[in-house]
Amino acid sequence: MITALGPVAADLGANRVIRGVKIPHPCGDPTLEPSGDRALRESIVRSALGALATKLDASRIFDRTAA
Amino acid sequence: MTALRVAHYLNQFFGRIGSEEFGDHPFTVKEGPIGPGIGLQKELGDAGTVVATFICGDNRASTDLAAFGAEVEKALRDAKADVLVAGPAFNAGRYGLACGEACARAAAMGIPAVTALNQENPGVELYRRKTYILPTTPTALGMNETLGRLARLAVRLGRKETIGSPAVEGYYGSGVHRTAILERPAADRAIDMLVARMTGAKFVTELTLPAVEHVAPAAPVADIAKARIAIVTTGGIVPKGNPDGLKQSNSTEWKTYSIDGVEALEAGKYESIHSGYDASAANSNPNYVVPLDAIRELEHEKAFGSLFDKYIVTTGVGTAVVEARRMGREIAAELKTQSVDGVILTAT
Repeated sequence: MITALGPVAADLGANRVIRGVKIPHPCGDPTLEPSGDRALRESIVRSALGALATKLDASRIFDRTAA
Repeated sequence: MTALRVAHYLNQFFGRIGSEEFGDHPFTVKEGPIGPGIGLQKELGDAGTVVATFICGDNRASTDLAAFGAEVEKALRDAKADVLVAGPAFNAGRYGLACGEACARAAAMGIPAVTALNQENPGVELYRRKTYILPTTPTALGMNETLGRLARLAVRLGRKETIGSPAVEGYYGSGVHRTAILERPAADRAIDMLVARMTGAKFVTELTLPAVEHVAPAAPVADIAKARIAIVTTGGIVPKGNPDGLKQSNSTEWKTYSIDGVEALEAGKYESIHSGYDASAANSNPNYVVPLDAIRELEHEKAFGSLFDKYIVTTGVGTAVVEARRMGREIAAELKTQSVDGVILTAT
């Protein structure tokens, strides 16, 4: 799950949580240059794929992987 | 005191029509008690008479609850019922929904109603705010004892007696708080609770927060390089013009839209209809909410197997937890039939 409200999501029972950027734009940052924004989005999605492949016993908020 | 006119709702099985092959049995009214109604009548004694039994097949009732409810209303009027008893339906899901709907319709007409469901029955969460529901066993083993409690509460409801709180009376609470005047002001009571908490003494909260359901983490995707991944969002991204009229808030439905061959969600072709956040960023670039451009890039570089060719959307704003849970189950079931291995859910 990609959300700007990571700790709330984890508290409420989401298990694989990726920190999104902001509530209205969880997958990117419109204040960045387009190339930086796109790289950020890719790193968020890459983190989500990494989380899906990670074995868990309890809820975890994953750090974003570097682009 | 004259005996109350009690109507009783049963499914096709308890109504002695037949088992699963009669699941589509139409709504039928029979005079007097049938099946569990005979035990109910015994428990009612002189206080009430089971004047009519309503019977409907589980599939028939649960697949069109609105039509079912309309038949219940008519039958209650025809029977001149003072009170409705439904079930007990134990942990039977479709039967539980029908009992909940029947009681909710009766209550809306001003006819008090009660049913009994096991706590795991989905009817509990869906109807506890609309009718009295007593707890019962998962199976019909607890039939006799449950009929006694149903009869006692039905008589009190029929006589318009005051019903106490869930803690006193034993029904599932509706979550409604009633105003009461207490001797000691809230500040004093709060300090007492705080002191009790700090000293490890017992106290009873005056405001119970809804319990959060924790789910054990699913097993990881076995081989991400072969995995089929789907995108689901609660961010309300729909094709421009919202062709299916997805609700902007209090969502009760979800939609799927094809992204077959689509490399990125283009501004102007998709928009956010979510009423709970500023949609300007999402409208200028819908990939901020459904990150299709980045996912396609990673798909091409084989960071995972393949992307499911539709995305799924609802609006997560003011959505009731019970509805969210239902939609989640439906979406998961749909994705399973599509052999999806993992989901990226984006939330705004």
